Amino acid sequence: MNVPPETRAWPAEGLTRVPYWIYQDEDIYRREQELIFRGATWTFLGLEAELPGPGDWKTTFVGDMPVVVARDANGALHAFENRCAHRGALLCLKSRGNSKEIACIYHNWTYDLAGNLTAVAFRRGIRGKGGMPADAEPESQAPCKLRLATYHGLVFGTLSAKTPPIEAYLGPEIAARVRRVMKAPVRILGGYSQMLPNNWKLYLDNVKDTYHASLLHLFFTTFRINRLSQDGGVIVGGDGGNHVSFTLRGTGTRGEEYEQAGVRSARDGYRLEAPELLEAVDELGDGITLQILAVFPGFVLQQISNCLAVRQVIPKGVGRTELVWTCFGYADDDDAMTARRLRQANLIGPAGFISMEDGAATGFVQRGVAGAPDRSSVVEMGGREVGSDPSRVNETSVRGFWQAYRRHMGL
Amino acid sequence: MSPAVAVDIGLQLAVEQLLARYAHCLDDDRLEEWPEFFADAARYRITTAENLERNLPLSIVHADSRAMLRDRVSALRHANIYEAQRYRHLVSATLVERIDAAMVRAVSNFAVVRIMHTGESMLFASGRYLDRIRLAGERGEPQFEERIVVLDSRQVDTLLAIPL
Repeated sequence: MNVPPETRAWPAEGLTRVPYWIYQDEDIYRREQELIFRGATWTFLGLEAELPGPGDWKTTFVGDMPVVVARDANGALHAFENRCAHRGALLCLKSRGNSKEIACIYHNWTYDLAGNLTAVAFRRGIRGKGGMPADAEPESQAPCKLRLATYHGLVFGTLSAKTPPIEAYLGPEIAARVRRVMKAPVRILGGYSQMLPNNWKLYLDNVKDTYHASLLHLFFTTFRINRLSQDGGVIVGGDGGNHVSFTLRGTGTRGEEYEQAGVRSARDGYRLEAPELLEAVDELGDGITLQILAVFPGFVLQQISNCLAVRQVIPKGVGRTELVWTCFGYADDDDAMTARRLRQANLIGPAGFISMEDGAATGFVQRGVAGAPDRSSVVEMGGREVGSDPSRVNETSVRGFWQAYRRHMGL
Repeated sequence: MSPAVAVDIGLQLAVEQLLARYAHCLDDDRLEEWPEFFADAARYRITTAENLERNLPLSIVHADSRAMLRDRVSALRHANIYEAQRYRHLVSATLVERIDAAMVRAVSNFAVVRIMHTGESMLFASGRYLDRIRLAGERGEPQFEERIVVLDSRQVDTLLAIPL
């Protein structure tokens, strides 16, 4: 739908309200592409371990823009728009591959792995006939090149010259929490995508909402992987758009607060027949059993016990989002650790004992607000400010996301 | 001897009956009976063709035992939140190969239509079942020692609650 611009005013309450037209409006979606995804932000493109050798490439997206990420013969990474300078066809059709150069399938225009146009088929014609004028400049329509930043095995790209260096963009506290997980070379265990029936920002609202975790996800709560009454906290970094939430092992109370509040997720009679599913080791040595970290606009780094994953949030139109999951371990994992990570992966993804509900809940919001573009969600848990907090009965990082979003969008 | 004659029709039918009973069990929402199709130490996985081709071990669902399957059923019944929905399995093109006197290998195709309580139907999943079947399982009936569900696509719509 299109909401008339004159009614698109942010509610006077500010950060504690998010108007529902923000998830529905086609014009907002177009402006997000320009001002956020092609603006001064870092988009996560993948793990370096996905492109281990010279000539390796993969395709992904920066917002709607298709991009190629490639490692050249010298080992340097590059990223460029997946669009031929000639007629705009995709250059790479597959999700990944390995080659010395890239040739457009349409008219065989050829590019090196840095995205430079190196050859135009029959540029001078055949036997003096046909071909392009001598002063033609097809290079003027060359695919855009992205600026890249790699940070401890993570690859980010940006199309703006104004985006700050990656470490400054993350902020010191978030950067430290990235390094905590990306502490050693990683090994890819596999991946899949979850197609979410909602606007991309609703997924970020969900990831940043530490308040819902123990209320929506009964599986978590019952087995005491995460109780709000366990110790932990939320750290908001960058300009509000980045956050990390974490839980410490077994330091909480028995969760009587839940029973007293009578919340649905407090049923304690439920036990696993095969508790090896949750068998975990404190491999990082700091007692943190859960760390969810998000970087504006659409990157999530996850440690749930020994289940490590990156998630890429890719908008696919106003009401549809692709969530790309890639699970990994460390290159020096033994077989027992790999088996543990694979078992714990039952917690995540579209069939995850925890994550399945996020896909459902965000879709419920998209459907619930269909007739209410002029109404707003209430984001007042933990106060009205943006800041770090030891309590996770809190929506501070949701407010942080919207603070960053509004700044980028000029709203 | 022509290939048609070489097919052990009794064996083929026994496997196809197992696959059919399995499909009806899930489609009829008799989830509590579903783990009984598997041996005690059975392996059940849902993965993607892409992971399989790239030799990557990650699964969407991963179980090493029937107990883990029972846990998934009780989580679906008592813990997880998802909208009411049903599946309709279409299973076909079953190829059966004997491993030895007790065991067979089977490959079959499946398509699963998901019917939401709202009435919305969609082709939810397609793929292959890669099965290892013990012909005389615990109750004398064929039983899965291993069932690997290979999804053709890497994309799953919204969530995958009910098993495939």
